[in-house]
Amino acid sequence: MVNIQIQNDPAFDLLSVSGEIDASSSIELDDAIISAVATPTTKLIVDLSGLDYISSAGLGVFISHLEDIQQKGKRLVLFGLKEKVFEVFRILGLEQIITIVHSKEDAIQI
Amino acid sequence: MATTPYFCSLMWTRKLKLRLSFFAGLLCWLLFTIFDLYQLFIERYQLQADLSDLLPQVLFTGFVLSTLVYFRYIITKAESINFMDLLWRVFITGLITTVGSLLIRLFFYVFDKSAISENPVTINFFYHILIALVVIFLVSTFVVWKRLILYQKNKNLIQIWSFFEYALLGSLLFDLFGNKFLSINFNIAFIFLGGFALVLSFNLKWIAYLNFKQKWKSILFILLSGIYVYHFLLNLINFSSTEVLTIDLLDRSYVVSLFVFIILYSSISVLVTLFNLPTSSVFERKLQEAIDFQKLSHLPKGDTSVENTADLLIESSMSAVFADAAWLEVKGAKPILITRGLSKESVIEIKSLVKQESVRAVLSMTSNGEVAHNKSIATLQHDDFKSIIAVPIMVQEKQLGSLVLLQEVAEAFNREMVEIIITFVNQASISIENAKLIREAIETERYKEELKIAKNVQKSLLPQKLIHNDSFDVLAYSMAADEVGGDYYDLVEPTKGVFSLIIGDVSGKGTSAAFNMAQMKGIFHSLVLQKGSPKDFMQKANKALSGCLEKSSFITAIYFEINTKARSIAFSRAGHCPPIFYSAQSKTTSFLECNGLGLGILRNSDFNQYVEEKKITYSPGDILLLYTDGIVEAKNATGLQFGAENLKNSLLTHLDKPLDQLRDGMISDLITFLDGVTLDDDYTLTLVKFEK
Repeated sequence: MVNIQIQNDPAFDLLSVSGEIDASSSIELDDAIISAVATPTTKLIVDLSGLDYISSAGLGVFISHLEDIQQKGKRLVLFGLKEKVFEVFRILGLEQIITIVHSKEDAIQI
Repeated sequence: MATTPYFCSLMWTRKLKLRLSFFAGLLCWLLFTIFDLYQLFIERYQLQADLSDLLPQVLFTGFVLSTLVYFRYIITKAESINFMDLLWRVFITGLITTVGSLLIRLFFYVFDKSAISENPVTINFFYHILIALVVIFLVSTFVVWKRLILYQKNKNLIQIWSFFEYALLGSLLFDLFGNKFLSINFNIAFIFLGGFALVLSFNLKWIAYLNFKQKWKSILFILLSGIYVYHFLLNLINFSSTEVLTIDLLDRSYVVSLFVFIILYSSISVLVTLFNLPTSSVFERKLQEAIDFQKLSHLPKGDTSVENTADLLIESSMSAVFADAAWLEVKGAKPILITRGLSKESVIEIKSLVKQESVRAVLSMTSNGEVAHNKSIATLQHDDFKSIIAVPIMVQEKQLGSLVLLQEVAEAFNREMVEIIITFVNQASISIENAKLIREAIETERYKEELKIAKNVQKSLLPQKLIHNDSFDVLAYSMAADEVGGDYYDLVEPTKGVFSLIIGDVSGKGTSAAFNMAQMKGIFHSLVLQKGSPKDFMQKANKALSGCLEKSSFITAIYFEINTKARSIAFSRAGHCPPIFYSAQSKTTSFLECNGLGLGILRNSDFNQYVEEKKITYSPGDILLLYTDGIVEAKNATGLQFGAENLKNSLLTHLDKPLDQLRDGMISDLITFLDGVTLDDDYTLTLVKFEK
């Protein structure tokens, strides 16, 4: 089960994702990212502080939009990852190509 | 061929018995007649001859018994289909014997008052013929009545009947003593048998199984048989009054009892049949309903299944409630509208005329499935039809269609009729639903079969046996969450003493993961032959996969190059869980960290900058443990993950065991941790133990 909230700011779009992302709930995440990518802002901030688990299908959703985000001249920033979730991103090597910061403030500033 | 005579004897038994009893009867009657006439002759001319009085009596009894045996074999058991045949037999036998008896009367009528008609020999001769006719009629009718009484018999009835039949036989012997009609002994025997006959005469179950027409027919047959009986009695009494008879049939309690029994049963049968006539149509209708219901229970087969069931439903419902018109509507991909007695235009017209809410809901296919008699009947303000019943056809709690019945008369339908229709419709719905479920089950079964094939194909993609030399031993264990999975491991030896080992995990699971895993195997086997470095392998693999993986899929892998001559391991990691390495020398475990990125995440040369390669050396006793995230992310009922630390500890616990027991021990640790929870991801474990 996943709960996703979208907040559109003039400077950035903020997705707050909480719960668990598995194969079935990854479709919701996909829809949310598609709508956030379509806005004219230059930054997509994802709040993962409420996320407990992400499956490989959920990681696949982030990965599938990387190219698109880059082409649109946007920047993807994640923050608030729990240790367990961060470990999953780290093992896969995603922390090298996605900006991951600690707090919302950092994410906005960057 | 020892068995042949036995079978022949079985086959001949019935025929033989029939013939034997026929000839025995004929012989007894002939001897009986000859003896009687001879006795008369002796008396007349007062000749001295020592003839026993008992002999004719015995011969008569023999004649009666033979006739009884003959008809018992010729008249078979009563079945519901042959009641009319049995009555017809009584009627025909009676007709033939009565014609014979009429001829005798004609003779005496023609030769009235002449010497020949008053001669005792002539009288007795004709009387003996009459005896034969009467006995044949009485006995055959008796056997038919017996078959009818014993239709749907029970133990009690059989007991009473057997007693009655033995008592009748007893009366035959009793008659040997020559008791006269209406003597005291005669009366006692007669009242006794008459009582039994009366009790037995109320077993008339067969009448219920006759339809209206058959009931009329049977009344006719029995009444005609009554005329025969009356005629026979008249004829017998006429003879009796001549007072020159050597033997009088009316002095015999057996014969009189038979007469009484046959008359009793006939009269009661006629009365009961007569009183059953008005209700017979109801009985027939109920029977038809039961048959229709049974027909509706049959599973529809083939493409026209729903249409056939619909036809049967509309026909049986109409006849059950005497409807003048009806229609049946089924919605869906192939909508059906069957009408009887009205046009499709009238259907639309009637639909708009219905005022009652619950009936309107049924007609517009929005019923909630709740059916009650007061919610199914409505009155109509239509030119042709005044009453309507509408019942929804529900399949899987959704309204699939509706059945509507119409009557020209107002308030023609009642509660009972609605209940019958509801029963019919429910049965039809069940049949349609069952047929649907069976089709679905077959479909599912087919998919399962396909998946089983896929599972076997995929199993063959994983190496059945991992090659190795005496420098190390290797074992693997892999399990898919679904029929097919996305975990992959393989081991080849492209150069002697140098082994290429891979473990991979395709994102997602199930069929799509399995296809990507097959691609990974192809890439591994072709790149291994190029004998490049592990880093080289990862870069080329990423390039190859970039073109064929869908956007959201990626593969994590670790590639090892184990050089057994140099006792070194070079490896490169692409986003896969870091392997655990156990050093025998320091007795410690460590993760083999190495930077890297999952294959297919970056699909251009940017990927190459993230790939690293590391090299370590090993000593005898060292262990390399490879695994997929299915193991470390395995969750138990409390939501706790197994984790890499548990896996490391598990390895340490079973370290000293042989490699296969080490693997089994670690698997059982994982299963114990899960405590009954089944894994929802594929998981794989590969163990390499260095020997020298």
